[in-house]
Amino acid sequence: MTERIRKHKSTPEVRDEALADENVVGSNGVKLKAELDDLLDEIDSVLESNAEDFVKSYVQKGGQ
Amino acid sequence: MAISKVCGIETEYGISVRGAQVNPVVSSTMLINSYLGRSQRIIGWDFQDEHPGADARGFSLDDILDSDIEMHLVNTVLTNGARYYVDHAHPEIATPECRTADEVVLYDRAADEIIRRSMKSANEYLPDGAELIIYKNNSDGKGNSYGCHENYLVSRVTPFGRLVGEITQHFVTRQIFCGAGKVGCESPSMAEVDVPFQISQRADFFEEEVGLETTLKRPIVNTRDEPHCDPAKYRRLHVIVGDSNMSDIATFLKVGTTAIVLAMIEDGVLSHLPLIAHPVSAIRQVSHDPSLRATILLSNGKRATALDVQWSLFEAAQKYAVSHDLESVGNQSGERILMEWEQVLNGLEHDIDSVANVVDWVSKLRIVTGYAQRHSLTSGDARLKAIDIQYHDLRPDKSLAMRAGMRAMVSEQSAIQAMTDPPDTTRAYFRGTCLKRWPESIVAANWDSLVFDVGEESLVRVPMMEPLRGTRELTESLFNECSTPAQLISRLNLMSGIG
Repeated sequence: MTERIRKHKSTPEVRDEALADENVVGSNGVKLKAELDDLLDEIDSVLESNAEDFVKSYVQKGGQ
Repeated sequence: MAISKVCGIETEYGISVRGAQVNPVVSSTMLINSYLGRSQRIIGWDFQDEHPGADARGFSLDDILDSDIEMHLVNTVLTNGARYYVDHAHPEIATPECRTADEVVLYDRAADEIIRRSMKSANEYLPDGAELIIYKNNSDGKGNSYGCHENYLVSRVTPFGRLVGEITQHFVTRQIFCGAGKVGCESPSMAEVDVPFQISQRADFFEEEVGLETTLKRPIVNTRDEPHCDPAKYRRLHVIVGDSNMSDIATFLKVGTTAIVLAMIEDGVLSHLPLIAHPVSAIRQVSHDPSLRATILLSNGKRATALDVQWSLFEAAQKYAVSHDLESVGNQSGERILMEWEQVLNGLEHDIDSVANVVDWVSKLRIVTGYAQRHSLTSGDARLKAIDIQYHDLRPDKSLAMRAGMRAMVSEQSAIQAMTDPPDTTRAYFRGTCLKRWPESIVAANWDSLVFDVGEESLVRVPMMEPLRGTRELTESLFNECSTPAQLISRLNLMSGIG
């Protein structure tokens, strides 16, 4: 069964900005099936350049 | 008979902004709004039936917990039936209700794609040099954790105390195949040098066997009693003990094996197994031992490895599939769960490298060890911690997990389709289809109802108290016959609702 509820005055916010660019998916194109050695060969070009700073600045607020 | 294990996952993602000082609540809000601005009309979440303080043991903390702050944050429902919102200081996506573990994997992957698209959109709004980055992990390595929760429909008839005892053995030991791995240790009583690498992201944060908390003194079995469906018939078991997985198969095994173990508990076939004597210390012992040789004390006084406990559960499941069936988890999905479960246990026991394309912690450990050997690094080196964090980076060009050759279950194309299409098999189909067809007429939505404005004096709430009604099979012809939401409402009134 449905149920009747008193209407609130305010209506929900509507966003309908026509944003053209829809096809923005970051593709998995670079996904490599390489074995571990290949991965280790190239890992330095992928790793954040200053590991010390990167690790230190990765701070999160606690969640659930 | 065990009831259908309707299930889903809620993931809190790690978020950081580089090159600009932004509060994480603001950056999380920005992330979500920039996605919504591009994709759909925003439908607000309806908090009418939310009771996170209700306790399965029979009391309520709702009067004490303050949800006002959260209610002002962005919180919306997507056309695939998922919820996308800011929780505490993290962006979070809760998948739609799914009927099988395969579907959960699909919608978990869709959630990751939603995050990737959101990141890209949000970064277009940031100034040059600033970048917003999302990580699918559960710890910052400094004592702060954020969760990946699972939910399973269980029968209210099953005594909750027995469920707690019997499911705990699985929660303590399943990490050997669904742990995501962590460099170092955040357990207050352990020095990091003693634990250079551990199996689970989350195990260090569990301090109680059972309880209502989710942010402090976290319990292995969470008692939040908020079924989001008919409370006389069902519970929703809210599982907070798991890690976020980068590996599809790990997610599949995490959800699939847990669903089967819960079905076995409902059918009372696990009473012969000993329980874990000290679950809180055991969950850390297992996590802190990547050799898998540590033994934990059982309630019968014997000791067993986590692998032993998993083999006992697997063998019970194999018998259960014959003596009963696996319809509660979907027979086809159930067969695959058993096959993958046996394969992963065999691999962990006999040839651990063989599961590196399935088990996240094994994959991560191989990268960490290989890198340390090549560069003669010792434990504690920041580069090894950087590898840990970057394993979970959701940017395709930076993610180490995406380069590690993990075996995929879901194609990118299916994941992209599931960003907008709901599953056919639960009430999420009804929710998502209504949101797709009549977004301008839906004022609010939540798990168990939709609120319509069809131009009459009052709003109309459509309750959906049965998770397995509102499926494509049950409602597709109804949708075909209705061209307006008003028609839908009047048809639902005639047929006494959706559930």
